[in-house]
Amino acid sequence: MSAFIEVSQAEMVFNTKKGRFHALRDINLTINKGEFIALIGHSGCGKSTLLNLIAGLLMPSSGGLICDNREIAGPGPERAMVFQNHSLLPWLTCYQNVYLAVERVFGGKESKDQLKKRTTAALELVNMAHATHKRPNEISGGMKQRVGIARALAMEPKVLLMDEPFGALDALTRAHLQDELLKIVARTQSTVVMVTHDVDEAVLLSDRIVMMTNGPAATIGEILDVPLARPRNRVELAEDPTYMHCRKAVLDFLYTRHGVAHKDAA
Amino acid sequence: MVSAVFHSPLDARDAAQAAQGATSPAAASQPMTTASTAAPAASAPKTVSPKPPIDWGGWALKILSPVAGLALLIGIWALLTIKGDGAFPTPLMTWDAAVALFADPFYSNGPNDQGIGWNIWFSLKRVAMGFGLAALVGIPLGFIIGRSQIISSMLNPIISLLRPVSPLAWLPIGLLVFKSADPAAIWTIFICSIWPMIINTAVGVQRVPEDYLNVAKVLNLSEWKIVTKILFPSVLPYMLTGVRLSVGTAWLVIVAAEMLTGGVGIGFWVWDEWNNLNVQHIIIAIFVIGIVGLLLEQALVAVAKRFSFE
Repeated sequence: MSAFIEVSQAEMVFNTKKGRFHALRDINLTINKGEFIALIGHSGCGKSTLLNLIAGLLMPSSGGLICDNREIAGPGPERAMVFQNHSLLPWLTCYQNVYLAVERVFGGKESKDQLKKRTTAALELVNMAHATHKRPNEISGGMKQRVGIARALAMEPKVLLMDEPFGALDALTRAHLQDELLKIVARTQSTVVMVTHDVDEAVLLSDRIVMMTNGPAATIGEILDVPLARPRNRVELAEDPTYMHCRKAVLDFLYTRHGVAHKDAA
Repeated sequence: MVSAVFHSPLDARDAAQAAQGATSPAAASQPMTTASTAAPAASAPKTVSPKPPIDWGGWALKILSPVAGLALLIGIWALLTIKGDGAFPTPLMTWDAAVALFADPFYSNGPNDQGIGWNIWFSLKRVAMGFGLAALVGIPLGFIIGRSQIISSMLNPIISLLRPVSPLAWLPIGLLVFKSADPAAIWTIFICSIWPMIINTAVGVQRVPEDYLNVAKVLNLSEWKIVTKILFPSVLPYMLTGVRLSVGTAWLVIVAAEMLTGGVGIGFWVWDEWNNLNVQHIIIAIFVIGIVGLLLEQALVAVAKRFSFE
C-alpha cells in the first residue's frame, strides 16, 4: 500500500471577530489507498476542520496536504464529501441531486444514457431506487443520508470524506447504515476518512482510528490500529477480545487521558 | 402608509408566513366543498358509500364570519347615514350608483370621461410598466448586492437613505426629467416598488445555506450551475416576498400619483369625482382599489406557494 493522502505539518489558525483562534497544530498523517480512517475526538477538537482541509474547503495556515501526488488547492470531485446534515438540495428530486454530481464529473466524456445509468446505479447501491422521484423532504432522515452517500459515491471519488454522517440519526437507523456502508466500501474498495464521535462506530468501521487531543491547538494524540478481519459483523464482534481491547483503548484516550473539563462538558 | 409598506426583510418573512397561514384555511376549504358537491353524484347510482360528513361548524366559520363582518360594516354605515341629508351617501345609493357604473364600464366620452373599466385598465398598465421595470432592475441588483460584500457596503447607505422617501417626493423629479405626466407616474412607481425587491433578493442571497454552497464547491459546479441550481431556487421564496410587497406598494402609489398627474386612471377618477362632488363614486373607487389590490396580492401568494419547497 502506498501513501495516498499526506498531511504534513498542517497548522490551522482562524481569524475570528474575537481574535485569532488556533485550531490545529502539527498535524502529520499518512493515509493509504483503500484505508478506512476514523477521526475521533471531543467536540471542538478540530476533527471537522481537518476533514475540511482534506476536502479543500479550508486552506491550512501553514503546512501542506497532498492527495494522489497533487497538492490540495481547493475542493474537487475526486474528494467527495458526505455532509452531516445530508445537504441535499430540497428543490431537486433524489435522482436530480445525484445526477447533478454525475453530470459534473462525467458529463464531458459520457453520453446522457450512461449518466442516467450511473445515477440509477448509485441510488440502487444505497437501496434508494424506490425514492428516485421523491424530493428530500418526502423521505426520512436515514434515507436522505443514503442519498447523500449515493451522490458522493456516484462521483467515483478517490477518497470519500464523511463528516459525522450518521450523527443525526437514531441508533437503529445508524447501525443499519453502518452495516451498509461496510458492504459498500468492501465492494468499491474506497478510501474513506470519517469524522465521528461514536467510539463503537469508529472501531466497527475503520482500519485505523486517529484520536485527537482537545482544542484549542489540537493535534493528533494517538493512532490506533484496528486489526479486525473483514467482513465485520457487529453482533459477533460484541464479544471479540480484539474489538473490546480497541474500544477500551479509545475510551481510555478520550476519557482518562483527554477528558473534557466539566465546564466544557456542560 | 410608508411604514406599513416597507417592511424590514424579517417582517416581510413573518408577513409572508402570516399571509400563507391566512390563505391556508381558504385552500383547506377547497377540497371540502368539492367533496360535498361530489358526494351526491357518487351516491346517486345505487348508493353504498356513506356520505362524508360535512363540517358545518368549520364551514360557517370560514364562509359566514367574513360575510357577517362585511354586513356589520355596511350596517354601521347605513345607521350613520340613516338621517341622510345627502352629504354622505347611504349604502343603497352607493349600490345603485355602482350598478349604473358597471352597466357600461368601457364607454369613452373623451379623455376626461371614460368608463370605470378603462380607468382600472390604464392604472394597471402603468403599474405593470413601473413594476416590471423595477423587477428588471431590482432583482438582478439584489443578486449582485447579495453576492458581493463590496457592492453591498457601497449601496446599502444609499438604499437606506432613499427607501423611506415618500412616493410623491419623486414625482417632480420624474416630471422634470420626462417632461410628461405618464412617464413621471411610471417613474414614481418604479422608484417606490424597487426597494422591497432589491432588499429581499439580497437577503435571500445572503441567507443561502452554507451547506448548499459547500455542495457547490465540492462538486466544483460552474458559476452558471450555481446560479441556476442553487442560488436561484434558494432565493426564489425571498424574491417572491419582495415582489409581493412591491406590487402592493405600486398599487398604493399609483392612486396618489394619478391624482397629481391626471390622465385616465383610477386615481385621477377619484379626484375627478371629488371635483364633481360625486361621493358615491369615490366610495365605489375605494372598494374597487381595495379589491384589485387584494387580487394582485392573492395572485402572487399563489405563485409563491407554488415555488415553496419546505
